[in-house]
Amino acid sequence: MTSRLFSPLVLLLVLAFLIGPFAIIIAASLSAGETLAFPPQGLSLRWVFKVFEIESFRQSFGISLFLAIGGTLTALILGVPASYALSRYKVPGAETIRTIVSSPIIVPGIIVGLALLRYFVVPFNTGILFALFMAHTALILPYAVRVVSASLTNLRSDIEEAAVLLGSSRVGAFFRVVLPNIRGGILAAFILGFVTSFNQVPVSLFLSGPGIRTLPIDMLAYMEITYDPSVAALSALLAFMSLGIVFLAERFLGFSRYV
Amino acid sequence: MSNTRFLSLEKLTLSYGKNVAVPEMDLDIGEGELVALLGPSGCGKTTTMRAIAGLLSPSSGTIRLDGTDITRTPANKRPVGLVFQSYALFPHLNVYENVAFGLRLMGVKGKDLEDRVNQGLKTVGLGKFTTRKPAELSGGQQQRVSLARSMVMEPKVLLLDEPLSNLDARLRLEMRTELQRVQKESGVTMIFVTHDQVEALAMADRIIVMKDGLIEQIGTPEEIYNNPVSDFVADFVGFENVFALENGMLKTGAQYVDLRGTVPPNTMGLAWRPGSITLGTGPHQGQVRGTSFAGGTREYLLDTPLGQIKAECDATLPVHPFGSTVSFDLKVEKAAPLARFGGI
Repeated sequence: MTSRLFSPLVLLLVLAFLIGPFAIIIAASLSAGETLAFPPQGLSLRWVFKVFEIESFRQSFGISLFLAIGGTLTALILGVPASYALSRYKVPGAETIRTIVSSPIIVPGIIVGLALLRYFVVPFNTGILFALFMAHTALILPYAVRVVSASLTNLRSDIEEAAVLLGSSRVGAFFRVVLPNIRGGILAAFILGFVTSFNQVPVSLFLSGPGIRTLPIDMLAYMEITYDPSVAALSALLAFMSLGIVFLAERFLGFSRYV
Repeated sequence: MSNTRFLSLEKLTLSYGKNVAVPEMDLDIGEGELVALLGPSGCGKTTTMRAIAGLLSPSSGTIRLDGTDITRTPANKRPVGLVFQSYALFPHLNVYENVAFGLRLMGVKGKDLEDRVNQGLKTVGLGKFTTRKPAELSGGQQQRVSLARSMVMEPKVLLLDEPLSNLDARLRLEMRTELQRVQKESGVTMIFVTHDQVEALAMADRIIVMKDGLIEQIGTPEEIYNNPVSDFVADFVGFENVFALENGMLKTGAQYVDLRGTVPPNTMGLAWRPGSITLGTGPHQGQVRGTSFAGGTREYLLDTPLGQIKAECDATLPVHPFGSTVSFDLKVEKAAPLARFGGI
């Protein structure tokens, strides 16, 4: 009797804990007041519109978008052939390579950020944007390799030989029969990579510099000076953007089948 | 007269790294033949097939097809088709596109392409399934698509890797006749690899028995079945009582048994099928250790001073009960004489 009452209650609490912050942010962003507060003081869309007027947000959004898309594409261009080699050939030290490739998600971001700043950005005097781009690519690479490797493992390798015997070259066989069959995995890797990069804070925090910041870092900086609901409005917009991407992927490509 | 050396392997050596899988193989296959490469796993039959297809480069030797040296011809330029054991259909393409794959690469287009694909599918009895994906087909249907996909390329040689092993018993029988029919109608030279002697005997014009990378025997199904040359082949085609012969006497363990019969010269061993053992009378005796009813016949497992003997007799005869002692005879004239025994 108690368990019948108890388990829905636990479920409800867990769901509330997961969705709660999201709901609070949305509510706060619709506030008509001057400060970030919950419950909101009155209802208005003024802060949602305000977001688009803030020049630094527009700029850092562009940088974040560039890093997420550019970094993910670069990681895939490096990661897909790497996964292919690791799954199809006997690569000496394959396990070590896998571990090294995965290290950016194992090592805490703060350490990665500090190490990159101290031993990469400072000594080589790389540009800020270049450093950010390299760091984001490295952070996305583990997802690219892991997810694409998983799809490759599920794909029989004899279809490539079949393609070759039907007249295709080895490279042609990769594009004609391997790539179309791991498309879902590549898309999943793209979404994971995009979201990872877009939400990245610790590494970006170390590498951002004057004039060039990613959106999350810019939001942190903004909040230190101004405590108005525009940050909440921006967060809500970003959350909806993420939801939209996942929804579209699920709708058109059956994303959930691959993860 | 068709070409009896349509495909020839000359001193072909195949190896994986330092391990030689097939040393210096010589083999001729005639045009339009249906040949079985028969042997247990690890005997080099699949390796040989992969070399003919071009998926494995020989370490030495020559492969000649229809008068042309193809030893160094890359796999995608060889007029050789291969039906994989797992069929290896392209999962993202439907049946039609799977069959059209090779033709499109050859530059066949439009009406010509359509005609050839449809003709290919019709040949294997799959005209209605063109828009299905491989995952929506049964094993037998996938096998047919795979066959059609290779056949539309009009290969000079079609290789099949264990073509029936992934099918259930009934389908296997159906595909056997199907493969024979396709082969006879198209006249393509067909080589299939199998570890199942029943399959080889039933389908092939000629059987090549392989062991440890070497050819043990080449012959028609009748020759292989009735006159195995070695204890290995004898055992493989169902001679379950195989004995070595020394100085005209059967050798079993440390003892010799006089057979009281004339053995052909140069015979190194004798082999009896269970049905060739004379049960009920004879100079030898054994104890019944097992008996099983097999329809028309009854099988016996006997413990004898000669070792275990497998015998078989008409099921209508009185049963020798478990544990009883039975007389039996090994008549020389009923045995297959073996020219080789225990390796080469």
